[in-house]
Amino acid sequence: MLIPTARGPVSEAVVEALRGGPVRPVDPDDPYGDDLQLALHCCYELHYRGYPGVSPDLEWDPALLTLRRELERAFVSALRADVPAGDDVDAEVAALLVEPVGPQVRGVSHHLHRAGELWQLREYIVHRSIYHLKEADPQAWVIPRLSGPAKAALVTVEHDEYGGGTPDHMHSALFAAMMRELGLDEAYGAHVDRVPAPTLAEVNLMSLCGLHRELRGASVGQFAMVELTSSPGSERLVRGMRRMGCGEAAIRFYDEHVEADAVHEQVVRRGVLTPLLEAEPELAADVVFGIRAALHLGDRLGEHLLGCWERGESSLRP
Amino acid sequence: MREPTRMVLTDEGPALVSGPVEIETPDGGVVRSDRPVTALCLCRRSRRWPICDTSHRTKVREGDRPC
Repeated sequence: MLIPTARGPVSEAVVEALRGGPVRPVDPDDPYGDDLQLALHCCYELHYRGYPGVSPDLEWDPALLTLRRELERAFVSALRADVPAGDDVDAEVAALLVEPVGPQVRGVSHHLHRAGELWQLREYIVHRSIYHLKEADPQAWVIPRLSGPAKAALVTVEHDEYGGGTPDHMHSALFAAMMRELGLDEAYGAHVDRVPAPTLAEVNLMSLCGLHRELRGASVGQFAMVELTSSPGSERLVRGMRRMGCGEAAIRFYDEHVEADAVHEQVVRRGVLTPLLEAEPELAADVVFGIRAALHLGDRLGEHLLGCWERGESSLRP
Repeated sequence: MREPTRMVLTDEGPALVSGPVEIETPDGGVVRSDRPVTALCLCRRSRRWPICDTSHRTKVREGDRPC
């Protein structure tokens, strides 16, 4: 995996640090912008797979961590300002379980189901690859921050995401197989330079919440949002892909998620959220924050994709 | 005596069964699920019956929440 190309002064400072240079002070600007989100993505990548030729020691470099903290503060402040606060997790969950239907529903999976073209599907999969090629990894960081039944249930879901012990069944492996079928490079990190800020921001939220114990409630909320909403969306993608003539090998990833996430929804609600909030009721507001922040960033990405496609443009960077 | 298999009946949708299961359907077919938990469709609306696909969920027409 190559070190990404900088998109401004902040990401330039991080890239320079990755190349062995000193960590320069930065002045973060737009918290949702390309420059900050790429910089944050690169800082987090040191905690996942790292970069060839970059010292693994940099993961715990105090100067780089200080810079990362500054970027995180800007990102979290923007999210806290843009996402209404709440602490009624039951109401939040109930809202996620209502499925909007009909030809007027606006959403990426609805569009790909109804009328999307193969080039749009391939772009969607490039965006999604930033997360799915490390599917479940950001949420794995929350495991040691939980205890008792909530921990056991979260691990049950994570175990399923990791293929239940069979490497070929790992969801990241199924995603890579789908990319191959669609003629896309499935190498980890291959598409980072091509995806815009809204794509990086979604995954950065997961890494942020996973790496900060303080945000463990938000991590669980983000995880719950995905597991509760993914099954119907996956079904739409399966049907859209069949309409586009994709083969079964390509469809398998989303096909697997229809059934898997119907179960994960139940395990997350009954096994994770209920016991977690019984043990630590003070986490309710952060769970709601995690759900709403994930929805907020998902909406931003969805609008970016649909807006570009409506204008007949690519949603990827040149 | 063997531990009984625990099944959870949910109020809104499927029955949850632990462990790998084989489900024999009325036509004599057998559906196998190796998941740690399997959600069995009780409402018969699932397109993947006997496995739940969340088709029991409440639907609202022309919502505007993007997915």
